[in-house]
Amino acid sequence: MDIQFTEEQELLRSSVQRLLRYQYEFDARRKAVASEEGFSRRQWAAFAELGLLAAPFGEDAGGLGGGPLSAMIIMQEFGRHLVVEPFVETIVVAGGLLEQFGSGEQKQAFIPDIIAGNKIWTLAWTEQGSRFDLATATTTARREGEDYILTGAKTAVVAAPWADYLIVSARTSGHRHDRGGVSLFVVDRHAANVDLQSFKTIDGRRAAEVTLRGVKGQLLGREGAGVPALEACRDRAIGALCAEMVGAIGELNSATLEYSKTRKQFGVTIGSFQVLQHRMVDMFIAHQEALSLMQHLSLSLDAGEAGLSRLASGAKSRIGYAGKFVADQAVQLHGGMGMTDELNVGHYFKRISSINIQFGDPAYHVLRYAQLDAAA
Amino acid sequence: MELALSPADAAFRDEVRAFIKDNYPAEMRVPNPETDLTKEQMLLWHRILAGKGWIAPLWPKEYGGPGWSITRRFIFEQETTRAGTMPPLAFSVTMVGPVIYTFGNDAQKKQFLPRILSGEDWWCQGYSEPGSGSDLATVRTKAVRDGDHYVVNGHKTWTTLAQHADWIFCLVRTDPAAKPQSGISFLLIDMKSPGVTVRPIITIDGSHEVNDVFLENVRVPVENLIGEENKGWTYAKFLLGNERTSMAGIGRSTRYIERLKKIVKAEIPEDDPAHLEFIRDIARVELDVLALEATELRVVAQMARGIDPGPAASLFKIRGTEIFQNITELTHRAIGNDGLAIREHPVSANRFMPGPDYGHTASEKYLNSRKLSIYGGSNEIQRNIIAKAVLGL
Repeated sequence: MDIQFTEEQELLRSSVQRLLRYQYEFDARRKAVASEEGFSRRQWAAFAELGLLAAPFGEDAGGLGGGPLSAMIIMQEFGRHLVVEPFVETIVVAGGLLEQFGSGEQKQAFIPDIIAGNKIWTLAWTEQGSRFDLATATTTARREGEDYILTGAKTAVVAAPWADYLIVSARTSGHRHDRGGVSLFVVDRHAANVDLQSFKTIDGRRAAEVTLRGVKGQLLGREGAGVPALEACRDRAIGALCAEMVGAIGELNSATLEYSKTRKQFGVTIGSFQVLQHRMVDMFIAHQEALSLMQHLSLSLDAGEAGLSRLASGAKSRIGYAGKFVADQAVQLHGGMGMTDELNVGHYFKRISSINIQFGDPAYHVLRYAQLDAAA
Repeated sequence: MELALSPADAAFRDEVRAFIKDNYPAEMRVPNPETDLTKEQMLLWHRILAGKGWIAPLWPKEYGGPGWSITRRFIFEQETTRAGTMPPLAFSVTMVGPVIYTFGNDAQKKQFLPRILSGEDWWCQGYSEPGSGSDLATVRTKAVRDGDHYVVNGHKTWTTLAQHADWIFCLVRTDPAAKPQSGISFLLIDMKSPGVTVRPIITIDGSHEVNDVFLENVRVPVENLIGEENKGWTYAKFLLGNERTSMAGIGRSTRYIERLKKIVKAEIPEDDPAHLEFIRDIARVELDVLALEATELRVVAQMARGIDPGPAASLFKIRGTEIFQNITELTHRAIGNDGLAIREHPVSANRFMPGPDYGHTASEKYLNSRKLSIYGGSNEIQRNIIAKAVLGL
């Protein structure tokens, strides 16, 4: 099942690698993270210039038609370099929703600015008490003429402080947990009555609690069809996050292996201790399996196969646990150094911990995997 | 689980419990005492215990200890940790103090012990170096005799709370020609000496607990040498053996489990399938604690009968740290999406954190607790100790 990459895909990978190697060293990332805004707009422009922001979009929408496989290739490299800029949020999640469910007018109005790197987007679906359930929403949207008026609060919205637009899930009918009755809306993040309380995330990014106090929203997709749309969106997001995780796992494994060959204690390299050798073998196996599952998922996303959503949950869980194991062991084997802010190892650990929360933790998804099976 | 106590010991337990209730400073009840308190705040409880004569349970009466039996020491440990009080600085009270009264001379005892008890001197530990972590015997910091001084040069690292310290106890190499373990001496160095520089190390949770300590031509009077030159390794090993049961951290784990239960109850509705999973995970870790606590009580009972428990400390360290890591992970998982947030250091009430208060330190605790299986002899090293010393492998 090994993917034979096309020349075009190989070119994409090597150009991303080149860009990141020269412009995204760990120190440059550290500076961007520590800056007032917390990410680099210059970097985002460079991504746009290289065509990365256009890669997954269909040609109809002005993209390069690379689909989920291009997102996989990009995110794997982004994972290796701990890229903080909101590619998943803007391109994969919001861009994917606009492309799949937007009206012709909406696509024309929004997608070109995304591809050009002019506008940043993110999805606001989580609420206090929703945990990882896409259908739980208490934010309401009330029809008023042509518009909808949104009222409610969203929690832990990653990249909201950077965003120009939000896609907000809100209830147009039904009760708190009803699958029906949730709709999606485009909201101008800078509109009056949109309040943000920003905070830093463990992986060095920014997120916010978003309060909507009677703010105008533009319906995206059909009224009441928000949950299936979010599910499709989550599957794609999972594809991208799994690729990012695999990139991070690969880097942690190389760093740990390298360290174990140079760090000496008791007169020998620590890599000569059998207990650590076996640990690193298990880390290697975890990487191999995660890489394979990631490819399997991306191919299914690309083909739009039936049963895709179940596979996405399975991969999110399995790759999530693999990432957690590798991150734990990478810190452990680096000893005190692994605990420091100075070394990149701890930063991979934190990014992996965040991925394991975004769009549902491994425990949530293993259960969803089981339940979808039972339903079949 | 409780020890079977004599009526006198039971009365002692009640007395300790009441004393904590009436005297533990409210000021020290902050979200994360390990990182959120100033030096002065950390010392508040120390001074109260010193006033009561309970600051150094381990110490013999003649040096200012309370003269407790092993059972009473254990009761005190149990009650203070269960109540979530901040333990007095271990480097001063549990580590260097006993070395000084066991191996130090009268002048050293007179100079240092009262100031440790009162909290006037804050000690840190100069053991690890960049090249000497698990393999402590290879320390390279050099001390060269020059008249009635040693001239010390070297680099100590992972030095906990050195930023507050008045003194550092150091392993230094005094005989470069000897075998690693035989050329080491135990030296007390005034942190105010010229040539001592402290550089903060920020850890992945954003906090500042540990430091690099650089020693450049630091002149240390020879009277600050503990015991004999080149016998430092013996004293260092003695010190490490002093920790014993406290490593199990039963009181702390029990408290964090209670907190975790409350968080799960508040965060996850009972009809959510995740609820059952948490209930099961919590029960598993509770049983881990129960098994370790039973082992601890068995060891304490043996010690009370004069039986040396041998390398029990290694078992307690391994299991105690694994259990606590598991609890902090579960807690971080329990708060769901709020687990993405982390407090900024230095901590300030002005900075916004999402979600209920009980989750505000969960990310930090989760990240910070990764250190537990690394420091104080990594868990791999502890397993080696048991393999060699207990199993004879």
